[in-house]
Amino acid sequence: MSRPTPLRGVHETLGATLTDFAGWLMPLRYGSESTEHNAVRQAAGLFDLSHMGEIFVTGPQAGEALDYALVGYISAVEPGRARYTMIVDAEGHVLDDLIVYRLAPDEFMVVANASNYPRVAAELTDRAKSFDATVDDRSEEYALIAVQGPRAQAILGELTDADLDGLKYYAGLPATVAGREALVARTGYTGEDGFELFVPAADAEPLWAALTKAGEPYGLIPAGLSARDTLRLEAGMPLYGNELSAEHTPFDAGLGRVVRFDKPGDFVGRAALEPLKDVPPTRRLVGLIATGRRVPRHGYPVVVTGGGDVVGEVTSGAPSQSLGRPIAMAYVDNGLSTGLAVDIRGSHEAVDVVELPFYRRKK
Amino acid sequence: MSSIPEDLQYTKEHEWIAGVDDGLTLTVGITAYAAEALGDVVFVQVPEAGTTVAAGDAVGEVESTKSVSDIFAPVSGEIVEVNQTVVDDPSLVNSDSYGDGWLFRIRIEGTADDLLSPEEYTALTSGES
Repeated sequence: MSRPTPLRGVHETLGATLTDFAGWLMPLRYGSESTEHNAVRQAAGLFDLSHMGEIFVTGPQAGEALDYALVGYISAVEPGRARYTMIVDAEGHVLDDLIVYRLAPDEFMVVANASNYPRVAAELTDRAKSFDATVDDRSEEYALIAVQGPRAQAILGELTDADLDGLKYYAGLPATVAGREALVARTGYTGEDGFELFVPAADAEPLWAALTKAGEPYGLIPAGLSARDTLRLEAGMPLYGNELSAEHTPFDAGLGRVVRFDKPGDFVGRAALEPLKDVPPTRRLVGLIATGRRVPRHGYPVVVTGGGDVVGEVTSGAPSQSLGRPIAMAYVDNGLSTGLAVDIRGSHEAVDVVELPFYRRKK
Repeated sequence: MSSIPEDLQYTKEHEWIAGVDDGLTLTVGITAYAAEALGDVVFVQVPEAGTTVAAGDAVGEVESTKSVSDIFAPVSGEIVEVNQTVVDDPSLVNSDSYGDGWLFRIRIEGTADDLLSPEEYTALTSGES
């Protein structure tokens, strides 16, 4: 039985198609996912992301504990700023990708994926044991609502006096939004400008209603996980379970830059990852654009045109609204960038290899 | 939920069939219920005209943002016409499932077995929703 978010009633009223995602009952789409995708690219979309986990790490050594527990240099993050990072096991394999917000000098919020946060909380608790720091999984208490798109700032600006102009990408601040206390962060997973609002679960419905009303003149519509997935795919952002998994190191995914060997002290995974930093992985994550109309999907083999040798595997794929063609991310043997096809249920469909991302917003 | 036309027959694979009572050539499409479940349809592959198919054969596919499904031949026979308009604009499967979103026409050989009446299809889909 899937768990509902605090906004389940809203989704049902809106006639959403609900789906199980990582044990949560989530809105897949409200109407047409293409319309929702395009609204985020051109105006704004409103997302319920309450399935994400919020784990608080507090105490005088909270920063040092996270330096040890994660691959990033978290103690160097300024209060009010955030960092994209990962938690790996001792072999350097990715357990989850995370965003860590430094809320105060001795208070951090670790945002983990829905499918992983119980494990992340347990690992953090274990890894923080020898530090003067406390780990508290508060995922149940929080709802997360995102406003994403080029009109997001104008919409949020209708509801708060907070200095949104001064809020940089990957920064967060406590603010009053529509009369309710929220942590407002300039982060997202769509490739557009936008904000994520962490609020107590009880405030989710009134905040959603206020955002819906304020956003209407700007073209804001609710958007589901289907649009979120195609938006992040166009933006070349990895999804845990697809591009990232316990079978991959951060280097495999082309995200070796998040591993900070320059930070002081040991960290979980350092010994395993250090030898890998100058070794090109055998496969690398690339973008594929299909020349036909059939969609390469998760798990489909990447093959050499003609011979049919398998040289890779698709991790995510979808029709792209912005490009007008099917796109995919795939792990492909190093050095291969031409003459490739994807085996789409037995038929080899030609693809072009491109660097990620597929879509970059105009500044 | 969209209504289920009374003048069509249906399959368990969520296809509709027109013309069963009035001749040998049947028009086949997918139901609005199935289109709604698929989401935005982005690609339709239909068999070529002239292809001979057997009832139950996977003869094509319909692909949406999130998934891909086979299209099955509801009866045995020969494909006599395909809807090029829906191939060019797959969104017709969503916007006009029982009209311009039709997929192909098939000249039936033998009998049409195991088709569902509108009442039976209504029961099938209300059980799934």
